[in-house]
Amino acid sequence: MSSVSDDPAAVARPTPRGEGLWGEFFAFCNQGELRFQRCSQCGIWRHMPRDGCRSCGSTQWAWERSSGFGHVYTWTVTHRALHPGFAEDVPYAAVIAELDEGVRITAMADGIDADDLRLGLPVHVVVNDDGSYRIASR
Amino acid sequence: MTHALKDQSCIVGVGETAFVRGAGRTVLSQVAEACSRAIADAGLVPGQLDGLVLSGTKVFGEAVAATVGLSDLTYTASVHLGGANPVAALQSAAMAVTTGVATAVLVPYGWNGYSETRISRREEDGTAAAQDAGPVAGDDTMSQAVLNAYAPMGVFGPVQFYSWLATRHSELYGITAEHTAEIALLSRANAQSNPKAYMQGRPLTFEDYMASPMISSPLRMYDCCLETDGACAVVVTSAERAADALHTPVYISGVAEGHPFPADDFESRADIADIGLKRAAPRAFAMADVSVADLDFAQIYDCFTYVVLLQLEALGLCGTGEVGDYVSGGRLRIGGELPINTHGGLHSEAHVESLNHIVEAVRQLRHEADLQVEDCEVGLITGWGNFAEGSAAILRR
Repeated sequence: MSSVSDDPAAVARPTPRGEGLWGEFFAFCNQGELRFQRCSQCGIWRHMPRDGCRSCGSTQWAWERSSGFGHVYTWTVTHRALHPGFAEDVPYAAVIAELDEGVRITAMADGIDADDLRLGLPVHVVVNDDGSYRIASR
Repeated sequence: MTHALKDQSCIVGVGETAFVRGAGRTVLSQVAEACSRAIADAGLVPGQLDGLVLSGTKVFGEAVAATVGLSDLTYTASVHLGGANPVAALQSAAMAVTTGVATAVLVPYGWNGYSETRISRREEDGTAAAQDAGPVAGDDTMSQAVLNAYAPMGVFGPVQFYSWLATRHSELYGITAEHTAEIALLSRANAQSNPKAYMQGRPLTFEDYMASPMISSPLRMYDCCLETDGACAVVVTSAERAADALHTPVYISGVAEGHPFPADDFESRADIADIGLKRAAPRAFAMADVSVADLDFAQIYDCFTYVVLLQLEALGLCGTGEVGDYVSGGRLRIGGELPINTHGGLHSEAHVESLNHIVEAVRQLRHEADLQVEDCEVGLITGWGNFAEGSAAILRR
């Protein structure tokens, strides 16, 4: 698997828009912390960020830190980039991981061979210094 | 108790443009042409159409009305389920004519799916919208997920979104390329009888299919549908008025939409396999008071082969995980137990969302199809779009 390209000539990849609650999520990532909203009423964790709880409707919540540990829920290995910023990375895997807190997150796999991907594979979300995050095996 | 909408409305007119790559004209002009053909097919004149239900925002209703001559609209609406739009629009049209809010409703859709919006254009200039942090006027329901969570991870389009569903399903249930190939191959085979089909004259073999490049696993190029320019339209009126139509009326017996929850991201669903059709199909079958055993054909939304497999299970044609066996043995071919996508579908006729599926279903039930299912009486159409929204309609003659 390819990892993040260091070629300065490469077309820039899209960066998250990061408005509203998404901005808060990424601000924690920039501090090296993986945090998700957790409903103060029913206790379920959620991602993507939302103003209300999909389960109970409560608007009371807090950002809580995740262990980052979980397993592979599903994935796709992209062989034809749909954006020039990823042209040099193919093939790359975009994985949805289910974390121990019950929340799922999408990220590119880092250091996992595509042939080794399987449902339930133990993984860890690694938050990089630049605030980006990847899914690595553990 | 009989559902209030069951058999109360009919599709009495259908029309379409040519399906091409490079129409060289606006979406509006193609939509208007399809509308005019559908209105004429219904034996009506434009001023008699008083309802307009649009799919998405490719054209403005006001412009369609002004171009086609819809001079006194009493009902307008638009639906937003991506490719599931046109079938869901039938529900809105059926409600309008059954309640008397409108007497005759036009349901059009068209786009320059090849010359303006095809996915591969994004490879050229990077205009995947993900770098546009500014105005949000162009946002759709999926924007927050795509722009914040998916695009930064290299995930931009349906071929990747739906592969997440396909990978999990295939790993759990052992679905193989032979199973997905059957959908691609039957679509292409059916299209050979359809002069309107973009892929008529271009047969496909299993070897061709297997040799096509992987786009995003498990989907190869020939798991993907066409991107074409073109438009279709249908006219819906009350069952009472349909008695005066030029052609055999086709009754809307059951129609429903269904949304996964949440519909605007994949991750937070309790089960990623919670596709909209699982919710829509039981409602449509209950309304029509029929079962899958009553179907003579089905036009299944086929943006990707695997999406067809997921819908066959959602419809209850086979159990969860059993679709591999189900599609084997020619069951879905012409002459088989349940022929599907008899026009070639989005794979081999054209991609006009689910509207060309509706047009084909109507022609089948009029017994005027190019590849006619003999003596058919009842047919099903499904729609699928965005993050697996779903819709279903059951039509009968």
